[in-house]
Amino acid sequence: MARACDLPDIHGHFGSYGGVFVAETLFTALEELLIQYDRYRNDADFQMEYANELKSYVGRPSPIYHAKRLSAHLGGAQILLKREDLNHTGAHKINNAIGQALLAKNMGKSRIIAETGAGQHGVASATVAARYGMECTVYMGSEDMKRQEPNVYRMRLLGATVVPVDSGSKTLKDALNEAMRDWVTNVENTFYIIGTVAGPHPYPMMVRDFQAIIGREAKLQMQEEYGRQPDKLIACVGGGSNAIGLFFPYLEDKNVDMIGVEAAGLGIESGKHAATLLTGKPGVLHGNRTYLIQDEDGQIIETHSISAGLDYPGVGPEHAWLKDTNRAQYVGVTDDEALAAFHMLCRYEGIIPALESSHALAYAAKISPTLDKEKLLLVNLSGRGDKDIDTVSQATGTIF
Amino acid sequence: MSRIAATFRALNQNNRKALIPFITAGDPEPKMTVLLMHELVNVGADIIELGVPFSDPMADGPIIQRSYERALKCHVGLKDVLEMVAEFRKTNTVTPVILMGYANPVEAMGYQNFAVKAEMCGVDAVLTVDYPPEECEEWLKCLKQKKIDAIFLLSPTTSELRVKEVAKKAQGFVYYVSLKGVTGAGHFDLKEVADKLTYLRSYISIPIGVGFGIHDIVTASAVAELADAVVVGSRIIEEIEKSDKNKVLMNVSNLVRSLRKAINKVSLEH
Repeated sequence: MARACDLPDIHGHFGSYGGVFVAETLFTALEELLIQYDRYRNDADFQMEYANELKSYVGRPSPIYHAKRLSAHLGGAQILLKREDLNHTGAHKINNAIGQALLAKNMGKSRIIAETGAGQHGVASATVAARYGMECTVYMGSEDMKRQEPNVYRMRLLGATVVPVDSGSKTLKDALNEAMRDWVTNVENTFYIIGTVAGPHPYPMMVRDFQAIIGREAKLQMQEEYGRQPDKLIACVGGGSNAIGLFFPYLEDKNVDMIGVEAAGLGIESGKHAATLLTGKPGVLHGNRTYLIQDEDGQIIETHSISAGLDYPGVGPEHAWLKDTNRAQYVGVTDDEALAAFHMLCRYEGIIPALESSHALAYAAKISPTLDKEKLLLVNLSGRGDKDIDTVSQATGTIF
Repeated sequence: MSRIAATFRALNQNNRKALIPFITAGDPEPKMTVLLMHELVNVGADIIELGVPFSDPMADGPIIQRSYERALKCHVGLKDVLEMVAEFRKTNTVTPVILMGYANPVEAMGYQNFAVKAEMCGVDAVLTVDYPPEECEEWLKCLKQKKIDAIFLLSPTTSELRVKEVAKKAQGFVYYVSLKGVTGAGHFDLKEVADKLTYLRSYISIPIGVGFGIHDIVTASAVAELADAVVVGSRIIEEIEKSDKNKVLMNVSNLVRSLRKAINKVSLEH
């Protein structure tokens, strides 16, 4: 059997998941992308430039922070935070956006497009477009634009055109459809920066490779600062890019448990959630085979999460595969639990976390008291929560 | 001989080009679909392409997406579409029906299950937009067992290697996407289409239909000069969308009749 870290195969398959399920009109563009990515991923100059950008522009490495007061309050396992929220633009999304933009530059593309849900990937794409002097168009569901107004303004400040998407459920999945359509039409001069580990091959592999810096750094930092690796890795999963970025370098370290936390919204039984791996069935959407939240006719169902970044009815194909092989475990956290964790981190550590990351925190807070004090839980704090303060104040009020 | 092969043979003998109109099953409402299918045949459709509604039609433009949304509001799923074909077959056993749609509804129904039902209902061929030849071996096997043709798309950017691959797997006819972009887009380069079809014919022996972007009688007749079949989708859907419900049948009928006329003129001139 193939080792987990050797996947996907040359056709982009993770077991039965992944692949290239796109219309003929996109096929050649994906083949070109694959050839170019294969070339640059092994190119020392490219990798050097990428590493320099991460250091001087993004501000990497991001530290691992021991949340001592929070851990003491919970009274069990120690909670460590991988501080992706400290990256330039405030989330892990920039790791991937920089990588793909560099690739676009090397491929001679003058225009980049992106889809965005919470707006973090849109901001990251707009940022790198400004950094490299490229034209940038971001597709965003009109529903998400309302939820994430500050990020819409941020993208516009950075010179990007934000196009509202009014079709379907007006959220991330519809923005992705629209970006794909733009790409099909303008493929000669346009590079499509997908923000998560979904989409057709090579995107799930490429985005993972760019995000894997998170796990590689963590491995070194843990060894240096704690003399050992964590017992469990915990990360939120919408499409799953921050989680795979942390998990991937640990796939062969069998002593390290991996837990992906999905958005259980108003509760799994309410039907209003975005817990794809927990409740979905395999199918084909957005260019790959993976778990999907769908009805019995195979129509994609609208999802719900308080966090726009997790509000997606699919999930990266590598996560589907990690679930089926039991290498990673997937759990759900509700809106309310995430909100409670959000407030807890604000009060105990002086860190305002993104609502996405608050899902991972909530699960860590749930299991910490059941575990020995010597155990180490490494939580990926994938983003900062400034973008979410309106949502939180609406949900929990402004009286303290 | 399959209905599709028989249709193309008859057309060929009469020196005529095929007109393939596309409508979405369930648009504007489910009870209209079979009526529309019969009317399309009455005014000159040789083959009917029936769209299977899907929530996330990535390769389609806004016009066809809206038709899917109208159909989905009435909860029209793949099994309803199959029932509509069976209903149509009660009085028409000649005109081929092609289902055009996306992978996930057939994934949900199951390949085997779909193939059995589709044959029973009288479906002749399937075009699944997001199953490229590389990803659909099992699917093709199931279709073949039930003698259902698999139609594939070719685009202006398809590489020579993949043209050969499609030539091996395609049945019925090959559908050439005449422009870069989604269904219903505007730009259309006739010279480019002509060159491309000559090139494709050196590899492909079955008929070639052209679609995406044929929006009036001028483009329809121009394409009829070059291709074996003319596929018209978004323009018809647009007519359905802008017509009062009691006028849909009449307006679509008039439109398709005018397309037929334009195509016939070409055929007779040659």
